[in-house]
Amino acid sequence: MASIITVSGLKKSYASGYQALKGIDLEIEEGEIFALLGPNGAGKTTMISIICGNVRPSGGSVTVAGHDIVRSYRGSRSAIGLVPQELHTDAFERVIDTVRFSRGLFGKPRDDAYIEKVLRDLSLWDKRNNKMLELSGGMKRRVMIAKALSHEPRVLFLDEPTAGVDVELRRDMWKLIGELRQTGVTIILTTHYIEEAEEMADRVGVINKGELILVEEKTALMKKLGKKSLTVTLAQPLTQIPPELGEWDLALKSDGSEIEYVFDTRAERTGVSSLLRRLGDLGIGYKDLNTQQSSLEDIFVSLVHQEKAA
Amino acid sequence: MSGFNYRAIWSIYKFELHRFSRTLLTGLLVPVITTSLYFVVFGGAIGSRMTQIDGIDYAAFIVPGLIMMSMFTESIFNASFGIYMPKFAGTIYELLSAPVSATETVIAYVGAAATKSLSVGTIIFVTAHLFVDVHVEHPVAMAAFMVLIAVSFCLFGFILGIWAQSFEQLQVIPMLLIMPMTFLGGAFYSVHMLAEPWRTITLFNPIVYLVSGFRWTFFGRGDVGIEFSLLFIAAMLAVCLTAIGWVFRTGYRLKK
Repeated sequence: MASIITVSGLKKSYASGYQALKGIDLEIEEGEIFALLGPNGAGKTTMISIICGNVRPSGGSVTVAGHDIVRSYRGSRSAIGLVPQELHTDAFERVIDTVRFSRGLFGKPRDDAYIEKVLRDLSLWDKRNNKMLELSGGMKRRVMIAKALSHEPRVLFLDEPTAGVDVELRRDMWKLIGELRQTGVTIILTTHYIEEAEEMADRVGVINKGELILVEEKTALMKKLGKKSLTVTLAQPLTQIPPELGEWDLALKSDGSEIEYVFDTRAERTGVSSLLRRLGDLGIGYKDLNTQQSSLEDIFVSLVHQEKAA
Repeated sequence: MSGFNYRAIWSIYKFELHRFSRTLLTGLLVPVITTSLYFVVFGGAIGSRMTQIDGIDYAAFIVPGLIMMSMFTESIFNASFGIYMPKFAGTIYELLSAPVSATETVIAYVGAAATKSLSVGTIIFVTAHLFVDVHVEHPVAMAAFMVLIAVSFCLFGFILGIWAQSFEQLQVIPMLLIMPMTFLGGAFYSVHMLAEPWRTITLFNPIVYLVSGFRWTFFGRGDVGIEFSLLFIAAMLAVCLTAIGWVFRTGYRLKK
């Protein structure tokens, strides 16, 4: 597939010396859903802001639909719809006016039929005459999506579309994004929920401390991320792992009072029940069991280490 | 898409006028009431005890000054607020990510604010006729002068709105700088009425040249020559346009 966005060597540093982006290279294919994962402050929003024109790059270049974002900004920006993370709206404007305004701002002629379709698709048609301040947070986010779609963009940026959104709305949002994709729009979304990337994305990029650590097909990445750890708090501390438990690759923690077992949740046999059975057979008593999904932060840290080691 | 984004200009212009229309009543009533008060106090009470100034009735003499004063404050206030609000509310993201050039942005915001300011100036001009017989010697020059003043002060207001990082900063320049300068700038008296050294000191106040120039369009004479007035407006326009050019080139307080 052809690239719709090409990012090469993109850098951003601030006057304070802080480097928000340290040379990002990325290709986004037309029609895909690309999820940009990363902890807070990783540089996700900075990268999006540069591509959309809200922040100036310090180095490198970006082209969108063949247009350089600096030299040919009219072309690149016309191709992009941006839904920022924060709900910035004009409180006293009516929904339909604010969406029409966005279309005009992007230089498109008025098209009531298209605006109606966008509002209907987003379940906003009944609210079209409401003022922005009368809407709930979820509805406001929908309006912001409607504004971003108002000029028929080829690329849609969704910066943390489900941040601070309740579970039900989050499901709605996922459904909506799926539907948008059917229309052929390329979607780039940022998130720090693995689940979200898993649900929707075709490809996932992981960004940390201004560096793009990896870009992979979702399925490949999920394999790496689908790890859980089981911590067994022992009744009596051990000085070493008994050889009978060798097949599980265990680690002794907290001065021997805990053992940790890392397993793959997707494996056919996780080895959890057999481990517990063996513990019983060996007469090793335990007080507590605790399983934990490695946090995204942990995963990033380990990914960064892998990168450094490689 | 290439070329001039006139649709964006029109969208922003309409948006701004719509914003003004939400406060239409106060927006139009305030200048009428203020003007009437000035005429009662300055024209009626004080003016009756004053002889003519430079051969002009005092009540008529203050009309150009009144219009200028309101237009200065309206222009600065509306233009600065127009660009400050999106910054404050965060909605500026949309403008920055839209295919809109600096020139188009300035035309739209300054054009809308200047429209409001010109309507206020016109309302005061019309209201003044209820109180005094105002004769305008150079009507075309008068209209042109109002447009020039509206545009240059709106440009100034636009810069102020970009510079300001709080509502207080937004107020500080118009209240602490422009208002006193207008009062001391011969809006209600002729510079010739001052004694030295104030007369000379006053000539360092740029407002004097603007008020005087506008008064010239009414009565054919001002405190200083009309050429100086035009020179000052030209200088102000040039400075503001240069500043705005710099703002957009560097992204000052608009883009990180």
